[in-house]
Amino acid sequence: MSKANLLDRRAVVSELLRDRKGAFAIGGLGASTYDIAAAGDHDRNFYLWGGMGGAVMIGLGLALAQPTLPVVVITGDGEMLMGMGSLATVGLQQPKNLAIIVLDNEAYGETGGQTSHTGGTADLVGVAKACGIGDSRAISTMAEVEAFASSLQDVTAGPRFASAKIDGANLERVLSSRDGTYIVNRIRGSIGHTPI
Amino acid sequence: MHARAETAASWPEEIFSILQRFEVRQVPYVPDAGHSELIERVLGSSSMRGIALTTEEEGVALLAGAWAGGQRGVLLMQSSGVGNCINMLSLVQIFRLPFLTLVTMRGEWGEFNPWQVPMGSNTQGILELSGIKVLRASRPDEVREVVEAGAAQAYNACTPTAVLLSQRLIGAKVFTK
Repeated sequence: MSKANLLDRRAVVSELLRDRKGAFAIGGLGASTYDIAAAGDHDRNFYLWGGMGGAVMIGLGLALAQPTLPVVVITGDGEMLMGMGSLATVGLQQPKNLAIIVLDNEAYGETGGQTSHTGGTADLVGVAKACGIGDSRAISTMAEVEAFASSLQDVTAGPRFASAKIDGANLERVLSSRDGTYIVNRIRGSIGHTPI
Repeated sequence: MHARAETAASWPEEIFSILQRFEVRQVPYVPDAGHSELIERVLGSSSMRGIALTTEEEGVALLAGAWAGGQRGVLLMQSSGVGNCINMLSLVQIFRLPFLTLVTMRGEWGEFNPWQVPMGSNTQGILELSGIKVLRASRPDEVREVVEAGAAQAYNACTPTAVLLSQRLIGAKVFTK
């Protein structure tokens, strides 16, 4: 099922987070979370192992709470399709520091590779644009990934949305922590909040 | 008995004051007639951000992000919206969120629309099965203390709490041609 000219998901995420500075990174459940873990553990990594469809909204809540820091949501096409309404909510709120990137393999990779809607008729870039996310683009080269990675550091001009068509190969799982309170309290600690 | 009570104008204002006192910053909502006055107050406030949702489960995820970023929030919704939240309520337990939701009830106390009854009848049970403590206010003069108690245990003790605002309090919706 591997096609020519598709990006390698690990290379995309590694590039996105290579020079992240203070950015928060939220990974949608499944392979996106493994990709973020593979790029290196970080106290501002927000790993999700469930809550399918919620990644963009978690990013929005964090972006509104910390408007001077970049927030990037890195998720898959299936997770994004389940939370498509959240793109309308982001469009309405216009958080300047929020970036969303979908790693689109046109399939539900965790459950056997069943074809998703983006492999058929659904165009997530079109949806994001129509929801009011003006900077919505399709990414197909590593140069475009680099440009997106540097633009997400600009917290005055978001929100941004990108979809990168990636190779559908199932890669070795790199497992992050799956203890939610640890993950959240570590993020809170990184911005100076002590436990209750 | 179905008309709005004389004091109906004051309890949303009391809720707003409590939310201000607890330093609530993010207020996601799906509109409901029973929440309309509170939503207006929130949207006109400089310290709170009202965030319109397309579906209630978005609000649960939003509050997880807000908490990670150091802000408190409250989810405003109608009883039917509780059903839309079920899977996302996992986040409340997984992250041990200081979760507070204020739920206006339909499907009880003189309801006209039968379609509201199944979910209204199951609202409390679903919340409790999801690990959320349920408090209820049925009269205008008890709203303040019930919401205050709910906010205190949610924010101070990280005890996820839903406050049900009874249809008896809000007044049954009147359907006229």
